[in-house]
Amino acid sequence: MKLTRRGLLHTGAAGGAFLIGGMPHIWSKNSDLAWAADGEIKVGVLFSLTGTTAIIEESLNKATILAIEEINAAGGINGMKIVPVIEDPASDPATFAEKARKLVAGDKCVSVFGSYTSASRKAVLPVFEKQNNLYWYPTLYEGRECSKNVIYTGAVPNQQQDEFIPWLIKNFGKKFSMIGSNYIYPKEENNYCRKLLEKYGAEVVNEEYVPLGHSEFSSVISKFRQQQPNVIFSTVVGDSVVALHRQYKAAGLDPAKMPMASLTTSENEIAAMGGEAAAGHFTSAPYFEVYKSPENEKFVAAYKKRWGADKVTHFVSEACYFQTYMFKQAVEKLGKGDITPNTIREAVKGVELIAPQGKVRLEPENLHTWLWPKIAQAKSNGQFEIIVQSKEWLKPEPYAAYPNQVCAEKGLVEKKS
Amino acid sequence: MHFVLEQVLTGLSIGSILLLVALGLSIIYGTIGVINLAHGEFIMLGAYAAWALKTYAGLSLLPALLAIFLGLGLFGWLLERFLLRRLYRRPLDTILATWGVGVVLQQLVRLTAGGDLRYVELPPSMASSVSIFGVEIAAYRIFIFVVAAVLFLISWSIMYRTTFGLKLRAVVQDRNVASCFGINADRIYSLSFAYGAALAGLAGAIISPLKSVSPEMGTNYVVDAFMVVVFGGVQSLFGTVISAFALGEVTGVIAFLQNDTIAKAMVLIVIMSVIRFRPQGLFVAKVRA
Repeated sequence: MKLTRRGLLHTGAAGGAFLIGGMPHIWSKNSDLAWAADGEIKVGVLFSLTGTTAIIEESLNKATILAIEEINAAGGINGMKIVPVIEDPASDPATFAEKARKLVAGDKCVSVFGSYTSASRKAVLPVFEKQNNLYWYPTLYEGRECSKNVIYTGAVPNQQQDEFIPWLIKNFGKKFSMIGSNYIYPKEENNYCRKLLEKYGAEVVNEEYVPLGHSEFSSVISKFRQQQPNVIFSTVVGDSVVALHRQYKAAGLDPAKMPMASLTTSENEIAAMGGEAAAGHFTSAPYFEVYKSPENEKFVAAYKKRWGADKVTHFVSEACYFQTYMFKQAVEKLGKGDITPNTIREAVKGVELIAPQGKVRLEPENLHTWLWPKIAQAKSNGQFEIIVQSKEWLKPEPYAAYPNQVCAEKGLVEKKS
Repeated sequence: MHFVLEQVLTGLSIGSILLLVALGLSIIYGTIGVINLAHGEFIMLGAYAAWALKTYAGLSLLPALLAIFLGLGLFGWLLERFLLRRLYRRPLDTILATWGVGVVLQQLVRLTAGGDLRYVELPPSMASSVSIFGVEIAAYRIFIFVVAAVLFLISWSIMYRTTFGLKLRAVVQDRNVASCFGINADRIYSLSFAYGAALAGLAGAIISPLKSVSPEMGTNYVVDAFMVVVFGGVQSLFGTVISAFALGEVTGVIAFLQNDTIAKAMVLIVIMSVIRFRPQGLFVAKVRA
């Protein structure tokens, strides 16, 4: 509410620009769409504030709002303020779709930032494709999607695994055990992981999935004991990850001999399970709160100042933050009357900026993002220690596990083999 | 041999958690017949109480248990006294009312403690594993097993070895006749409900170091608890124990041979088949009709 009010107050200040800017807008080919009316750029912010995934999505909402406030405080985009329209989809995919429709068709938002789970992204996808709007998705995900209506700023499997898996093999050994929650994301990650393991001559001793929300890992742990894998590749998510780590710790297993390697355990999950249960295990991600760079120090300080010193930043909230700046850079290139989802998409292609994790770039071909993979080990104080840092940024390849398919500018291309 | 023992121990540790969460329900549903859908939330309150006592009062888990037992008991007593007592003759309304209580409790916790996942520190003395004939098992799992066994023995003694238990069984068989003999049925019901709620709170506190603590955590446990009680036979405390360990073993073995997803489905299929042919559950309390 506070933001909206501030936005409205500034409308007066932007009034001059409005008069000049108002005219060409009438003649532009999108004249029927009041995308940037009254010197305001309306964007949707669609993260759950209630329900099961609210715990994490609240932090995504906060990072997005922080970026918008910073941009507005620094003068907005070409003198126009970003006005966020915040909706709460309550962790329910059907509500996501309904709120997305409201934001795009009702509020005429020119873009929407939102979603944590793949299920909610898949639910809103038809809305954005039909209305030809833009959805900015900050979460790491399983890849295998190619839409010209989504800007993906989280990592896809190749970006998290290409360096991680060989590093694990080199340091711990070739026996891998896979444990995941039973849904699409872990299965696709494991599918890609298997290809890498095959390439490096490593073996999978067990691949297993537990129901979402599962919290009894006795049998899983007794299998670890029996099979003695060198690495446990874990794609368990949600509250299950807390139970798994705590029971692993209670069982007296040793992370130095049999570490869990995860793509999803961030500072946020560690805060929920307690540092001592997380200590010694590894995560691969493009961003960690402890990463040292001037941009990250600024981001972390601003985040804690705005939302509280006990709050942590993590790899999804960082993506929320920098994707809002990507949006800004794209819209900056456009004339006031030209601001439409279509022109923003064209303008954001190839945009580069220095994010807290390093310099990122939006790949024009598949609208995914070039990122900097890092490998880090959890410490008992709840933070990570970055062990390996990629020497170069990695190209996003959402179809890395499917050599016959490529996501290109015109859409999904099937290669003849 | 090693393998068999390992499976038995895994099953026992799954079973003891099941027994722990089902014991309170076995009293409340099995004995006084209230279909208490807020049972999971009692467990959740116990877990949050353990977390809050640790965070705000610095009390570690073991000393906190007594306070949690008494606190949840008092809460159960008040709930029975001011709400459920008015609904005994309307079983369907009881379901709705306890469901409503559960929702209210969930949201109250969400509003006061926040939606974040919490955890409770493992008592340091039990943060290791113990070797039993060469099979490694978490010390804390053994502790859970012992606590579950002790709580069962206490409950059983109360039911079958005390005057209170005698009166309770009399009220359960025929409330009117029991009242004619001068038994204060209202008081018996209040105390039993309070005891059941206290057991649920204790269960929540004890499992909290191994599980994640969240406002929604009760939802899974209420299903487990009903599963155990119905399978074992309503009104049979002994049935609850057998059922908890049987389901624990079956889950453990199937989960080991296959995986937890299949184990969960198979266990429910087994229960459904048994209930189809034995609607009264595995054990029936002997009642002279």
